[in-house]
Amino acid sequence: MNKQIIINSIVIVLLALCPLFLNTYWVDVINNIGLYAILALSLNFILGHTGLFHMGHAAFYAIGAYTTAILNTMYHVPIIFLMPLSGILAALFALVVAKPIIHLRGDYLLIVTIGIVEIVRIALINNIFGITGGSNGIFGISRPNLFGFIIRRPQEFYYYIWIFLGISVFLFHRLENSRFGRALNFIKEDEVAAEGSGIDTAYYKLIAFVLGAFWAGMVGNIYAAKMTIISPESFSFWESVILFTIVILGGAGSIRGVILGAFLIIGLPELFRQFASARMLVFGAAMVVMMIFRPQGILPPLPRKYALDKINYGDKTL
Amino acid sequence: MELFFQQLTNGLAIGGIYALIALGYTMVYGVMKLINFAHGDLFTIGAYLGLTLLTSLGLSNYLGPVTGVLVLVVMIMVLVGIVGVLLERVAYRPLRQADRLSAVVSALGASIFFANALMLIYGARFRVYPHNILPKVSVNIMGLDIPLIRILMLVASLVLMAALYFFVQKTKTGTAIRAAAIDQGAAKLMGIDVNKIISIVFFIGPALGGAAGVMVGMYYGQINFTMGWVYGLKAFIAAVLGGIGNIPGAMLGGLLLGVIEALGAAYISIAWKDAIAFFVLIVILIVRPTGILGERVADKV
Repeated sequence: MNKQIIINSIVIVLLALCPLFLNTYWVDVINNIGLYAILALSLNFILGHTGLFHMGHAAFYAIGAYTTAILNTMYHVPIIFLMPLSGILAALFALVVAKPIIHLRGDYLLIVTIGIVEIVRIALINNIFGITGGSNGIFGISRPNLFGFIIRRPQEFYYYIWIFLGISVFLFHRLENSRFGRALNFIKEDEVAAEGSGIDTAYYKLIAFVLGAFWAGMVGNIYAAKMTIISPESFSFWESVILFTIVILGGAGSIRGVILGAFLIIGLPELFRQFASARMLVFGAAMVVMMIFRPQGILPPLPRKYALDKINYGDKTL
Repeated sequence: MELFFQQLTNGLAIGGIYALIALGYTMVYGVMKLINFAHGDLFTIGAYLGLTLLTSLGLSNYLGPVTGVLVLVVMIMVLVGIVGVLLERVAYRPLRQADRLSAVVSALGASIFFANALMLIYGARFRVYPHNILPKVSVNIMGLDIPLIRILMLVASLVLMAALYFFVQKTKTGTAIRAAAIDQGAAKLMGIDVNKIISIVFFIGPALGGAAGVMVGMYYGQINFTMGWVYGLKAFIAAVLGGIGNIPGAMLGGLLLGVIEALGAAYISIAWKDAIAFFVLIVILIVRPTGILGERVADKV
């Protein structure tokens, strides 16, 4: 236990100091890793923890980013106020689209969520309601203003993103181990049994979906403020595939695994940038090889320990 | 009304392509319960191999245009079929006992691999098919000029589909494929070599997809290494529309999707063409999750 705390502290200190000895390019890469890690954590809650095959997460991320971009450029609402609002709108959208499809199982859900992300992307390209700016997107988004301190440089965004990641890890960890989270895990393990023991599976799955979407919407806000320009290309199906891969490759259901997955999937290709043309080929092959040799992911979740040790079964204590 | 019929024939031609690709999805899904995300890229491989063989062999010069194209399509089918069998051996067989999601990621990885391999070999730009392979003739049917290639495409698709249907329904191997699709364990007990059956399925599906790739190349005249994604997804929608795992369903779904898309592009908006396909998918899954011809399956987890 103590060892764990020491390791965690060392990791946190190293992370905190990291922008001081890296150049701007690498700080930006790590910022991207952080963003993807938060997004992947929110997807992990749906995919890894609840077991819903969801490959359309970029749609909610896009709704959040566009909410921020539109309200900020048109009505000059400060970015920081738009963060919860972006989350709420993404969650509302998730609620509307997920309600009729949440009962679908496995691959059917997978393919419908692909459909949702594609429809959202096409709607953005077609300048729906005349507010999304079509394929050019929206530019001129302002920077987050924290009590007069404007976050502008990548080094500043680094702390902004990684603190948000820290909060996300804490919240998702608490959520997973709550009564609600355990119910979700039960649904993942055996939906029929969960239903049989009185869990309203459709309701629980829907809530998990909406919560994940809410979080993705907030990341959309950070992304819009970081880039100051957004376009439909950033929210394609491909983006969803990357997130999906991060979760499964890192270890579905495991927070440590998902963060490690973000480092590998977003960070490693950056290291091999000089082999630009061949690196995606290797990347694809690596995905296949990884799955063959470690299908459960690099860091699968640890076996759960719940407080069952005080239960008495007659003369035997389990 | 003329626009309607023009779009109808166009939709049927493209629908035939979707149906050919969808057959590969449906067969693989039927036997292995796996969405083969790399299937669309096998279709692209077919298109590129077709281009290479067309330009290097010059088949139509000494075989005549129609025989030349036929021989070409058969060669492509064999080559892409072999790639499909290899893909299954390398990327899917080791994962047969693993979690379903790992197989999905492996399929996505294989798809990225194929697309980028094609990009490295052929370049990232659009490649142009020779435009003089088939004579540019139109056939007049009831006062309507329909390009010959549309008719040929639809006929070729229908012939291939019918051949597959009879193969699966009437031959011994076909019976074994159907048995393995229902219950692999029981099929094994009945003395069926399930590994062999899966290899056969992974030969036939990609072979049909490869044939579709050549046809698209000849129809549109240009191909790109990323086109497999869109066609793959559309074909998958077609398979779901007809009832996944169901061969006549994939044919029907493909043709129907092609027609819906073509009419949608003409009467609603061409910009929303791709969205229409996904919209159809969502509606069908909400209204009738088993697809048009699919049967209710008790355990579809």
